[in-house]
Amino acid sequence: MTKNIMIVGVGGQGTLLTSRIIGKTALEAGYDVKISEVHGMAQRGGSVVTFVRYGDKVCEPVCEEGQADVIIAFERLEALRYSHFLKKDGVLIVNDCKIEPMTVVIGAKEYPEEILEGLEKNHTLYAIDGQKIALELGNSKVLNSVVLGFAAPYIGFGKDAWLNVIEATVPPKTIEINKKAFAFGYEAER
Amino acid sequence: MAKKTIMLGNEAIARGAYEAGVKLSSAYPGTPSTEISEYLAKYDEIYTEWAPNEKVATEVAIGASFSGVRSLACMKHVGLNVASDPLYTFAYTGVNGGAVIVVADDPGLASSQNEQDTRMVARSAHVPVLEPSDSQEAKDFMKIAYEISEEYDTPVILRTTTKLAHSQSIVELYDRVEVSDKEYNRNTAKYVMMPASAIGRHLVVEARENRLAKDAANLSVNKMEMGDTKVGFITSGIAYQYVQEVCPNASILKLGLVNPLSKDLIADFCSRVETVYVFEELEPVIEEQVRAWGFDVIGKGAFTRQGEYSANLLKRVLYGNDDCVFDKQEAPARPPILCPGCPHRSVYSVLNKLKIHASGDIGCYTLGAVPPLGVVDTCVCMGASISALHGMEKGKGKDYIKNWVAVIGDSTFLHTGVNSLINLVYNKSTATVMILDNRTTGMTGHQDHAATGKTLKGEETYAIDIAELCRAIGVKNVIEVNAFDVKELEKIVKESTQSDELTVIITKAPCVLLKGQKFPNVCKANPEACKKCGMCLKIGCPAITKNADGTIKIDGTMCNGCGLCKNYCKFNAIETVER
Repeated sequence: MTKNIMIVGVGGQGTLLTSRIIGKTALEAGYDVKISEVHGMAQRGGSVVTFVRYGDKVCEPVCEEGQADVIIAFERLEALRYSHFLKKDGVLIVNDCKIEPMTVVIGAKEYPEEILEGLEKNHTLYAIDGQKIALELGNSKVLNSVVLGFAAPYIGFGKDAWLNVIEATVPPKTIEINKKAFAFGYEAER
Repeated sequence: MAKKTIMLGNEAIARGAYEAGVKLSSAYPGTPSTEISEYLAKYDEIYTEWAPNEKVATEVAIGASFSGVRSLACMKHVGLNVASDPLYTFAYTGVNGGAVIVVADDPGLASSQNEQDTRMVARSAHVPVLEPSDSQEAKDFMKIAYEISEEYDTPVILRTTTKLAHSQSIVELYDRVEVSDKEYNRNTAKYVMMPASAIGRHLVVEARENRLAKDAANLSVNKMEMGDTKVGFITSGIAYQYVQEVCPNASILKLGLVNPLSKDLIADFCSRVETVYVFEELEPVIEEQVRAWGFDVIGKGAFTRQGEYSANLLKRVLYGNDDCVFDKQEAPARPPILCPGCPHRSVYSVLNKLKIHASGDIGCYTLGAVPPLGVVDTCVCMGASISALHGMEKGKGKDYIKNWVAVIGDSTFLHTGVNSLINLVYNKSTATVMILDNRTTGMTGHQDHAATGKTLKGEETYAIDIAELCRAIGVKNVIEVNAFDVKELEKIVKESTQSDELTVIITKAPCVLLKGQKFPNVCKANPEACKKCGMCLKIGCPAITKNADGTIKIDGTMCNGCGLCKNYCKFNAIETVER
């Protein structure tokens, strides 16, 4: 059975690195893996989405509407935008932050109110303020590890498997803080 | 045993070139092909370079092939248009050392100005095309491409698409096999394409293509996977993965060689399957040939020519429904934007203030077309900003362009913009051309070019002085200005657009994402001083938003500290503070 993980966010939030860590962890666990990335123009502050699929044999590199087991959203509006990709019993993990798109900043559109409350009606949803925790840990850049740690129990593999991959993937100077951030997210209340 | 690893499609292509014994690669960056060259540069055995454009890159590969080594050129689909002049005749001369051109198509327009299909170009140029469907095949097909190139004496195109280029899957690695250089023998009938020799080569091209089409039935890249014979699919590339996902038991003719097609294989498949679908992204290239041979198939009548395909698309056509459970939610669009601290924003803030239209070009600065800056009026292809503005002037007279400028990036200027500027000098233009020099090829992820002083391999080299280049071709007014000096810039733009002389304004400031270019400070809003006038919001910086009471706030983690917003605040409500 193929598992479908989707990572959505705003260009520059580091969704690419997150998807690579998930992919590597699945690979280490012995699965066939495909990861789909976004490069080029779409990265420039736009809405970005990457996919990780793993199982005995994976064909297409993306998951489609109605197929995602887990969506990790790094921003509320992006959680809303891609929520229809979830399976019936899929899990939505949201980093509780708001980044206004330019369409909202210039007043052409309104940023929807109470996004999470609305999504909770249809989906199993867990939210975390990753930015706040990352800043408390002393480095805003480990936001990804906090959120990934928070999402990891719904993906599987066990905490140590994740930590090993993080150690092998992130820049050497940031290994300790990233591992700490991951563990913090992993054990956070939900 | 072969080592297994997970690789991006583009990395696998580079690895395939390495294993195939390639000695030279030349390329110009273009999404989704850029990373191929960046991965190639890591192999000491391969000479790799950035060329100023795809035509040059292809010609470099041609020369290396003539001299007897395996060579490579890489580009995006629209890059092949630039390279089509050498391509069409390279098909006539054929090769000495094997030659491959990797061309990356972009169905769905992730980062391109059109959705053209490289297979159409290859058909008209009579160049064989291989199309892999995952990273493993991307690597393997590179090696097969060189074998075909040398066996059939032809350049070969390896066609990828965005989904393949930018997805990772598992690849088995092998060692590099060094290929001995071919001997060079002078042969004007083959390498000098004058009419007398080209007439002879045209016959060779046709014979070679017929031979390959016949042999294609036995090529390992074409696979017939027979299953249920009620419904079958002729497919290739990433589309094959969608078919497998939806119909694991169906019969599939998976074509690895998509030009020329194997009529024998297709006839055999169609005779064994009741209903045949042709499932191919973009143009009906396979479908039209199959139909011309008299086989009834379902293709573009059921599937679109637009965008990327998907398993859900196939499900909807076959079964009338897909996997969707929940409705798509209404959400304000989040289009890509210029980064906080981007020097282009500063230039555009001035053009916006002066109500000037910009004839645009290809790069990050194309994003100046969208609100609130809304400065760029046109974008067609690399280099067109300058020549199109010239057309406006000569078509409607010099007064018509008094509120127009051309905007073009440094890398794009060196790509094909310089030819356009030569035309302006020659034909007495009065235009204002702005070269937005951010010291890099930005949109594709920061590649060096001929004016940065660094090669693809990271070696120091001569950096072309763009201002001197403009002067050398005869531009009398060349003005260099700091892109963030908005007062000076405003004055210069006003004067040059009103003058009757050709002016080149080079706005200089490095891309803020380049290493070490972040400004030392960050901007901070003082809500008490803010009069809610909204002027700072007009520059479209994503770090600046409104508080609930209408005063502005600046996100300190997003702000890169350029201070542009300060210039537009009359009430001193924005200050720069230490990070």
